Amino acid sequence: MSEQQAITPGGPTVKKFMFVNRKAPYGTIYALESLEVVLITATFDQDVSLVFIDDGVYELVKGQQTKGIGIKNFSPSYRALDGYDVEKLYVDQASLEQRGLTEKDLLVPVEVLDAQQMGQLMAQQDVILSF
Amino acid sequence: MKFGLLVSEGPYTHQASDSAYQFVVAALAKGHEIQRVFFYHDGVNNATRLTEPPQDDRHVVNRWSALAAEHKVDLVVCVAAALRRGIKEEVLAPGFRISGLGQLVDSGIKTDRLVTFGD
Repeated sequence: MSEQQAITPGGPTVKKFMFVNRKAPYGTIYALESLEVVLITATFDQDVSLVFIDDGVYELVKGQQTKGIGIKNFSPSYRALDGYDVEKLYVDQASLEQRGLTEKDLLVPVEVLDAQQMGQLMAQQDVILSF
Repeated sequence: MKFGLLVSEGPYTHQASDSAYQFVVAALAKGHEIQRVFFYHDGVNNATRLTEPPQDDRHVVNRWSALAAEHKVDLVVCVAAALRRGIKEEVLAPGFRISGLGQLVDSGIKTDRLVTFGD
Protein backbone atom coordinates (compact mmCIF):
# COMPACT_ATOMS: atom_id res chain seq x y z
CA MET A 1 0.00 0.00 0.00
CA SER A 2 0.99 3.61 -0.35
CA GLU A 3 2.80 3.78 2.98
CA GLN A 4 4.96 0.81 1.96
CA GLN A 5 5.91 2.04 -1.49
CA ALA A 6 9.53 2.72 -2.13
CA ILE A 7 9.46 6.11 -3.77
CA THR A 8 12.73 7.47 -5.02
CA PRO A 9 12.71 11.25 -4.74
CA GLY A 10 12.07 12.56 -8.25
CA GLY A 11 12.07 9.01 -9.60
CA PRO A 12 9.39 6.56 -10.66
CA THR A 13 7.19 4.66 -8.23
CA VAL A 14 8.39 1.13 -7.59
CA LYS A 15 5.79 -1.26 -6.23
CA LYS A 16 6.00 -4.87 -5.18
CA PHE A 17 4.16 -6.92 -7.83
CA MET A 18 3.54 -10.59 -7.09
CA PHE A 19 2.29 -13.04 -9.70
CA VAL A 20 0.61 -16.12 -8.27
CA ASN A 21 0.60 -19.01 -10.72
CA ARG A 22 -1.89 -21.71 -9.79
CA LYS A 23 -2.65 -23.55 -13.03
CA ALA A 24 -0.93 -26.28 -15.04
CA PRO A 25 1.06 -24.92 -18.02
CA TYR A 26 -1.22 -26.49 -20.61
CA GLY A 27 -4.96 -27.10 -20.60
CA THR A 28 -5.68 -23.39 -20.17
CA ILE A 29 -3.91 -20.25 -21.35
CA TYR A 30 -3.50 -18.68 -17.89
CA ALA A 31 0.15 -19.70 -17.37
CA LEU A 32 1.28 -18.41 -20.75
CA GLU A 33 -0.59 -15.10 -20.54
CA SER A 34 0.62 -14.64 -16.95
CA LEU A 35 4.18 -14.88 -18.18
CA GLU A 36 3.43 -12.14 -20.71
CA VAL A 37 2.30 -9.79 -17.93
CA VAL A 38 5.39 -10.66 -15.87
CA LEU A 39 7.72 -9.67 -18.71
CA ILE A 40 5.88 -6.38 -19.32
CA THR A 41 5.89 -5.55 -15.60
CA ALA A 42 9.65 -6.13 -15.48
CA THR A 43 10.15 -3.56 -18.25
CA PHE A 44 8.39 -1.02 -15.99
CA ASP A 45 11.23 -1.51 -13.45
CA GLN A 46 8.90 -2.82 -10.77
CA ASP A 47 9.84 -5.19 -7.93
CA VAL A 48 8.53 -8.46 -9.40
CA SER A 49 8.19 -11.83 -7.72
CA LEU A 50 6.57 -15.05 -8.90
CA VAL A 51 4.86 -17.67 -6.80
CA PHE A 52 3.94 -21.19 -7.91
CA ILE A 53 1.17 -22.93 -6.01
CA ASP A 54 -1.08 -25.96 -6.64
CA ASP A 55 -0.79 -27.21 -10.26
CA GLY A 56 1.19 -24.01 -10.97
CA VAL A 57 4.32 -25.89 -9.86
CA TYR A 58 4.05 -27.95 -13.06
CA GLU A 59 4.86 -24.78 -15.04
CA LEU A 60 8.47 -25.09 -13.86
CA VAL A 61 9.00 -28.81 -14.36
CA LYS A 62 11.96 -29.81 -16.56
CA GLY A 63 11.63 -31.80 -19.77
CA GLN A 64 8.20 -30.62 -20.94
CA GLN A 65 7.27 -32.30 -24.23
CA THR A 66 4.31 -30.68 -26.00
CA LYS A 67 4.65 -31.99 -29.54
CA GLY A 68 1.83 -34.48 -28.99
CA ILE A 69 -0.69 -31.77 -28.08
CA GLY A 70 0.39 -29.35 -30.81
CA ILE A 71 0.94 -26.47 -28.38
CA LYS A 72 4.18 -24.52 -28.10
CA ASN A 73 6.41 -25.47 -25.16
CA PHE A 74 6.97 -22.08 -23.54
CA SER A 75 8.79 -23.38 -20.46
CA PRO A 76 12.24 -22.19 -21.68
CA SER A 77 10.93 -18.66 -21.12
CA TYR A 78 11.17 -19.18 -17.35
CA ARG A 79 14.91 -19.61 -17.77
CA ALA A 80 15.08 -16.23 -19.53
CA LEU A 81 13.49 -14.40 -16.60
CA ASP A 82 16.78 -13.51 -14.95
CA GLY A 83 17.64 -11.58 -18.12
CA TYR A 84 14.73 -9.31 -17.16
CA ASP A 85 16.00 -9.06 -13.56
CA VAL A 86 13.15 -11.29 -12.40
CA GLU A 87 14.96 -13.50 -9.92
CA LYS A 88 12.49 -13.94 -7.07
CA LEU A 89 10.74 -17.23 -7.68
CA TYR A 90 8.96 -18.94 -4.81
CA VAL A 91 7.39 -22.39 -4.76
CA ASP A 92 4.88 -23.72 -2.25
CA GLN A 93 6.39 -26.67 -0.39
CA ALA A 94 3.15 -28.62 0.07
CA SER A 95 2.21 -28.26 -3.60
CA LEU A 96 5.56 -29.75 -4.63
CA GLU A 97 5.33 -32.62 -2.16
CA GLN A 98 1.74 -33.48 -3.01
CA ARG A 99 2.83 -33.97 -6.63
CA GLY A 100 5.93 -36.03 -5.82
CA LEU A 101 8.25 -33.25 -7.00
CA THR A 102 11.41 -31.74 -5.54
CA GLU A 103 13.49 -28.67 -6.42
CA LYS A 104 15.67 -30.94 -8.60
CA ASP A 105 12.74 -31.44 -10.98
CA LEU A 106 12.51 -27.71 -11.70
CA LEU A 107 13.97 -25.67 -14.59
CA VAL A 108 15.17 -22.72 -12.55
CA PRO A 109 16.48 -21.98 -9.05
CA VAL A 110 13.62 -21.29 -6.65
CA GLU A 111 13.06 -20.69 -2.98
CA VAL A 112 10.72 -23.24 -1.40
CA LEU A 113 8.43 -21.75 1.25
CA ASP A 114 5.89 -23.23 3.62
CA ALA A 115 2.38 -21.80 3.80
CA GLN A 116 3.16 -19.47 6.69
CA GLN A 117 6.22 -17.99 4.98
CA MET A 118 4.22 -17.62 1.78
CA GLY A 119 1.49 -15.77 3.66
CA GLN A 120 4.00 -13.37 5.16
CA LEU A 121 5.52 -12.69 1.74
CA MET A 122 2.08 -12.00 0.27
CA ALA A 123 1.28 -9.58 3.08
CA GLN A 124 4.28 -7.47 2.04
CA GLN A 125 3.08 -6.98 -1.55
CA ASP A 126 1.45 -3.90 -3.09
CA VAL A 127 -0.16 -5.70 -6.04
CA ILE A 128 -1.00 -9.40 -6.29
CA LEU A 129 -2.18 -10.85 -9.59
CA SER A 130 -3.37 -14.43 -9.49
CA PHE A 131 -3.58 -16.51 -12.63
CA MET B 1 -9.96 5.39 -2.97
CA LYS B 2 -8.62 4.88 -6.47
CA PHE B 3 -9.35 1.44 -7.96
CA GLY B 4 -8.10 -0.43 -11.00
CA LEU B 5 -9.89 -3.57 -12.18
CA LEU B 6 -8.78 -6.63 -14.08
CA VAL B 7 -11.46 -8.75 -15.77
CA SER B 8 -10.10 -12.17 -16.77
CA GLU B 9 -13.15 -14.04 -18.03
CA GLY B 10 -15.58 -13.63 -20.90
CA PRO B 11 -19.26 -12.71 -20.53
CA TYR B 12 -22.04 -15.20 -19.66
CA THR B 13 -19.86 -18.31 -19.15
CA HIS B 14 -18.43 -16.73 -16.01
CA GLN B 15 -19.88 -14.22 -13.58
CA ALA B 16 -16.59 -12.29 -13.37
CA SER B 17 -17.68 -9.52 -15.74
CA ASP B 18 -21.04 -9.10 -13.95
CA SER B 19 -19.30 -8.89 -10.57
CA ALA B 20 -16.78 -6.38 -11.91
CA TYR B 21 -19.59 -4.24 -13.32
CA GLN B 22 -21.48 -4.30 -10.04
CA PHE B 23 -18.28 -3.43 -8.17
CA VAL B 24 -17.72 -0.39 -10.40
CA VAL B 25 -21.31 0.83 -9.97
CA ALA B 26 -21.11 0.42 -6.18
CA ALA B 27 -17.67 2.05 -5.93
CA LEU B 28 -18.74 5.06 -8.00
CA ALA B 29 -21.90 5.44 -5.89
CA LYS B 30 -19.70 5.62 -2.80
CA GLY B 31 -17.57 8.35 -4.38
CA HIS B 32 -14.53 6.22 -5.23
CA GLU B 33 -12.56 6.63 -8.43
CA ILE B 34 -12.27 3.91 -11.07
CA GLN B 35 -8.98 4.58 -12.84
CA ARG B 36 -9.39 1.82 -15.44
CA VAL B 37 -10.98 -1.55 -16.21
CA PHE B 38 -8.54 -3.83 -18.02
CA PHE B 39 -9.80 -6.86 -19.97
CA TYR B 40 -7.41 -9.79 -20.33
CA HIS B 41 -7.53 -13.52 -21.15
CA ASP B 42 -11.09 -14.35 -22.35
CA GLY B 43 -12.12 -11.07 -20.71
CA VAL B 44 -11.48 -9.43 -24.09
CA ASN B 45 -14.73 -11.05 -25.28
CA ASN B 46 -16.62 -8.51 -23.17
CA ALA B 47 -15.70 -5.88 -25.76
CA THR B 48 -17.37 -7.09 -28.95
CA ARG B 49 -20.40 -5.26 -30.26
CA LEU B 50 -21.44 -8.43 -32.11
CA THR B 51 -22.77 -9.80 -28.81
CA GLU B 52 -26.53 -10.46 -28.92
CA PRO B 53 -27.96 -12.09 -25.79
CA PRO B 54 -31.64 -13.13 -25.61
CA GLN B 55 -33.92 -10.17 -24.89
CA ASP B 56 -34.81 -11.33 -21.39
CA ASP B 57 -31.14 -11.45 -20.35
CA ARG B 58 -28.81 -8.65 -19.30
CA HIS B 59 -26.59 -7.21 -22.06
CA VAL B 60 -23.14 -7.42 -20.51
CA VAL B 61 -21.35 -5.56 -23.31
CA ASN B 62 -23.83 -2.69 -23.66
CA ARG B 63 -23.85 -2.28 -19.89
CA TRP B 64 -20.08 -1.62 -19.95
CA SER B 65 -20.51 0.81 -22.87
CA ALA B 66 -23.19 2.72 -20.96
CA LEU B 67 -20.92 2.95 -17.93
CA ALA B 68 -18.12 4.35 -20.08
CA ALA B 69 -20.49 6.93 -21.58
CA GLU B 70 -21.98 8.03 -18.26
CA HIS B 71 -18.92 7.99 -16.02
CA LYS B 72 -16.01 8.14 -18.50
CA VAL B 73 -14.68 4.80 -17.18
CA ASP B 74 -11.59 3.80 -19.17
CA LEU B 75 -12.26 0.34 -20.68
CA VAL B 76 -9.05 -1.15 -22.06
CA VAL B 77 -8.71 -4.42 -23.97
CA CYS B 78 -5.33 -6.15 -24.16
CA VAL B 79 -4.18 -6.13 -27.78
CA ALA B 80 -2.33 -9.48 -27.74
CA ALA B 81 -5.15 -11.30 -25.95
CA ALA B 82 -7.72 -9.64 -28.24
CA LEU B 83 -6.01 -10.51 -31.53
CA ARG B 84 -5.68 -14.13 -30.42
CA ARG B 85 -9.44 -14.26 -29.99
CA GLY B 86 -10.55 -12.30 -33.06
CA ILE B 87 -11.32 -9.05 -31.26
CA LYS B 88 -10.26 -6.10 -33.40
CA GLU B 89 -11.00 -2.35 -33.65
CA GLU B 90 -13.82 -2.98 -36.13
CA VAL B 91 -15.83 -5.08 -33.69
CA LEU B 92 -15.25 -2.98 -30.55
CA ALA B 93 -18.35 -1.78 -28.71
CA PRO B 94 -18.49 1.95 -27.86
CA GLY B 95 -16.33 3.01 -24.93
CA PHE B 96 -13.72 0.26 -25.29
CA ARG B 97 -10.20 0.84 -26.60
CA ILE B 98 -7.41 -1.57 -27.49
CA SER B 99 -4.01 -1.09 -25.90
CA GLY B 100 -1.08 -2.97 -24.42
CA LEU B 101 -0.45 -4.87 -21.20
CA GLY B 102 1.46 -1.82 -19.99
CA GLN B 103 -1.94 -0.32 -19.20
CA LEU B 104 -2.53 -3.07 -16.62
CA VAL B 105 0.86 -2.49 -15.01
CA ASP B 106 0.13 1.25 -15.03
CA SER B 107 -3.08 0.52 -13.10
CA GLY B 108 -1.12 -1.45 -10.53
CA ILE B 109 1.31 1.41 -10.08
CA LYS B 110 -1.17 4.30 -9.99
CA THR B 111 -4.10 2.92 -7.99
CA ASP B 112 -4.57 2.17 -4.31
CA ARG B 113 -6.02 -1.25 -5.13
CA LEU B 114 -5.95 -3.42 -8.25
CA VAL B 115 -8.86 -5.82 -7.96
CA THR B 116 -9.06 -9.00 -10.06
CA PHE B 117 -12.34 -10.48 -11.26
CA GLY B 118 -11.63 -13.96 -12.60
CA ASP B 119 -12.53 -17.57 -12.31
